[in-house]
Amino acid sequence: MSSLRERFLEAAPAVDRCTLRALDRTFEFVGVRDKVALPVHRDLDRGAMITVSHRGGQGYAATSDLSTSGLRRAAARARDWAEATASISLIDHARVPRARFTGSYRSVVEIPWASVPLIDKIALLKREVEAMGGDPVVEAIATLGYTCDEVVLLSADGEQAEQHFERIAPNITCTASRGNIAQQRSMGSKDSCQQGGYEVLDRVGIVGAGERLRDQVTQLLSAPECPSGIMDVVLAPNQMILQIHESIGHPLELDRILGDERNFAGTSFVTLDMFGGYRYGSELLNITFDPSRPEQLASYRFDDEGAEAERAHLIRDGILVRPLGGALSQHRAGTEGVANARACSWSRAPIDRMANLNLEPGDSSLEQLIAGVERGVWMETNLSWSIDDSRNKFQFGCEWGRLIEDGVLKGVVRNPNYRGISATFWRNLAGVGDESTNQVLGTPYCGKGEPMQVIEVGHASPACRFVDVDVFGGH
Amino acid sequence: MEREHFEALTRAVLDRLPPGEDATIHLRGERSEFVRLNHGKIRQAGTVTQEQGLLRRIRGDRHASAGVTLGGRDLHDDVDRFVTAMHGLDDVLDVVPPDPHLRWCQEEGTTVEVQQGGPAPAESIITSVVEHSAGLDLVGLLTAGPLWTGFASSRGLQRWDERHGWLLDFSVVQGADRAIKSTLAGTEPAPDTIAARIEEIRSELPLLAIPPRRLEPGRYRAWLAPAAVAGLLGMVKRGGLSRRATETAQSPLMRLIRGECALSEQLTITEDTAGGWGPAFTSDGFALPDRVPLIEGGELVGTLTSPRSAQEYGVPGNSGPGEYPNALVMQPGTLPTSEALAALGTGLWISNLWYLNFSDRPAGRITGMTRFTTLWVEDGRVVCPVEVLRFDDTLYHLLGAGLEHLSDTAELLPSTVHFERRSTASDRVPGALIDAITFTL
Repeated sequence: MSSLRERFLEAAPAVDRCTLRALDRTFEFVGVRDKVALPVHRDLDRGAMITVSHRGGQGYAATSDLSTSGLRRAAARARDWAEATASISLIDHARVPRARFTGSYRSVVEIPWASVPLIDKIALLKREVEAMGGDPVVEAIATLGYTCDEVVLLSADGEQAEQHFERIAPNITCTASRGNIAQQRSMGSKDSCQQGGYEVLDRVGIVGAGERLRDQVTQLLSAPECPSGIMDVVLAPNQMILQIHESIGHPLELDRILGDERNFAGTSFVTLDMFGGYRYGSELLNITFDPSRPEQLASYRFDDEGAEAERAHLIRDGILVRPLGGALSQHRAGTEGVANARACSWSRAPIDRMANLNLEPGDSSLEQLIAGVERGVWMETNLSWSIDDSRNKFQFGCEWGRLIEDGVLKGVVRNPNYRGISATFWRNLAGVGDESTNQVLGTPYCGKGEPMQVIEVGHASPACRFVDVDVFGGH
Repeated sequence: MEREHFEALTRAVLDRLPPGEDATIHLRGERSEFVRLNHGKIRQAGTVTQEQGLLRRIRGDRHASAGVTLGGRDLHDDVDRFVTAMHGLDDVLDVVPPDPHLRWCQEEGTTVEVQQGGPAPAESIITSVVEHSAGLDLVGLLTAGPLWTGFASSRGLQRWDERHGWLLDFSVVQGADRAIKSTLAGTEPAPDTIAARIEEIRSELPLLAIPPRRLEPGRYRAWLAPAAVAGLLGMVKRGGLSRRATETAQSPLMRLIRGECALSEQLTITEDTAGGWGPAFTSDGFALPDRVPLIEGGELVGTLTSPRSAQEYGVPGNSGPGEYPNALVMQPGTLPTSEALAALGTGLWISNLWYLNFSDRPAGRITGMTRFTTLWVEDGRVVCPVEVLRFDDTLYHLLGAGLEHLSDTAELLPSTVHFERRSTASDRVPGALIDAITFTL
């Protein structure tokens, strides 16, 4: 059979611009729950999206039929859409600058996933589950997800880019119950996903985690409720990533600011006139879009429209400088952005996504952050999250909390929650941890878009201290 | 994919099974049009044609599954893809331990459900929407097209389900955080329905132009429109109706189960597959019951039980693997919808709740935001819009002691969240009058 490139070039119609994005995805799931191995699952997902821009309109068609005739039908359908919508399109696609792409990207892998026998993966998970099991634990789960994506971008003009991604998503969750109290401790899929091979498990500390989580969840069952009141919080990196994601990442997405998501994911309290002068946070706040960190979950060279990605500051010394918007959004808004037009699958069209969004380390050790707190709570591992459609009024909860009194970490508290308003919360950032507290984290579960797209995002953050936060517990 | 193609494909694949093994095959396919709108114009328009197959190989009490994307037209190519996926499990079946929770469908027979008619053309629907919304800031998504689902097993069970429809989910925006949201759906083109709804919204919009009031946190009496009640129900769905979550103390209704808290006697909830929009069988091939009573008169009387949970806990199964409802019906009450404002008196009229999550799951305590249309009402008359508010309250209050009335009609609310493929889930729920909701921010 001829190559995908040859078939595409044969199928591409005579239009202003025609591109193809193909994805060949291999996935494997291994898991153990309460000593019973869960069914192993493997996926081979393959398809392509053809996008046609013609006479000012644009349309796409995605297909799992990659034969020449299948691509030809898709290209014709994409052209139909471009023509049918040209006169009623929000965007004049004839005026949109086109990315020119040539090159490749490959995840850095030290230990290939396939080089480790399946039986060893199951055995590792069993050990962690066994370490968690027994009263008061009512459910113990450990799973591994491996994804390998081969992405090819082609244009009818002859451009070609190829990217190879390998990602690991580990998860360990331990649930315990006594009386009418149930508590959970976990690590993994909400925070510890990275690019790479089997070595990721060592990097994120999966081995031995089960015993620690069991110990902590047991402590939570007899811990007092988190106190209520206005106080300081010190957030661990695995809660900071949620805080960054929801109250900086989403509001800075340019397509939200332009109104595309108002019917579903929501809009933003950020407006275009804020870039360049708006004080988003204290002077300690520095946020970067960084696609270049090899181990981080959403690193890449090209976004899904072919724009080459580079590291850039979005917030510098607390001042908002640029949004998260790909080339199309930049054109619409007349502003700078970054290369972040991404799609979760071959069957979904690219939209503005976060990719890697990081809070740059400061100069405080963890001890110094804690020492600065007269009365407050250390919070770790996100459990609950909710924020309004403008990404302003939020309420977040964590699995694990510890009181801080007179600069010293004290006893465990359960159900630590806090609420605030994005537009003011970041101005109360009073301490940023140094590199020793920084963690490179990520999750495959960022949802947005119509139709819905769930995609992986990376966040690196140190521990951070905030003052005057509205804290409360459960019941 | 045509049904004949599916039958030929599954015959060819199952014929290639190694001796002594069984297998099941599940297929989901769609040809879906997705058209996004913003500011009353087209933001993105496209078509997705996909065929996703799932093969489960069963060797005694060991098993594993493989998903594979199919082309849907070339039989030889599709058989090759499935057979490659099948052999991709050879090494897995050699090493995986026995699964004590395996339960698979060993029935024989054939079931076929094909919806008559053809899909409504998306181009004509979207042209009509753009035409009628001139001058309005309309944003949303149109989905349309056919969906098909198939199942086959080595024991001779064949199932096929084919349906089509369109769904227009949109908002007309008046200003920051103020909009009127609407969801229309059907199987036949309905330009008059769409035009009438847009005109109705156009007439209602001036109300949202009144400067919004900012309310201080506190407790406010509230009327929840059906879409807002569906938001509360969404939190009940998150484990509250699942057998596994109940058995492992992760259900947000544990205090109801233990008799420590109560829900309102007005609350009756049923999984109504027969009245829903999805296929009447699971990905494992099991037929779904027409109806599963879940909550009756405030008491939990049933749970959704997957084949794995059925095997693990020794109970009958009645659900797919996720133990998640797809066609939930909340029984209406007695309050005429036309009298809802009068019954509210003074308080909040809330169209939608948004981004709900747990503040304390074991206690059934939840939080979330108001969204789209929230109005301040005095003496049964609308006064002005209200800025978005965060609530934090318990299910036991909102659907328990605090629930004064349910409306006498229930509204059909199709799911508008489409993950890997178009959703066929729906809720049918009434509005609810709550004595007071705690707002915190």
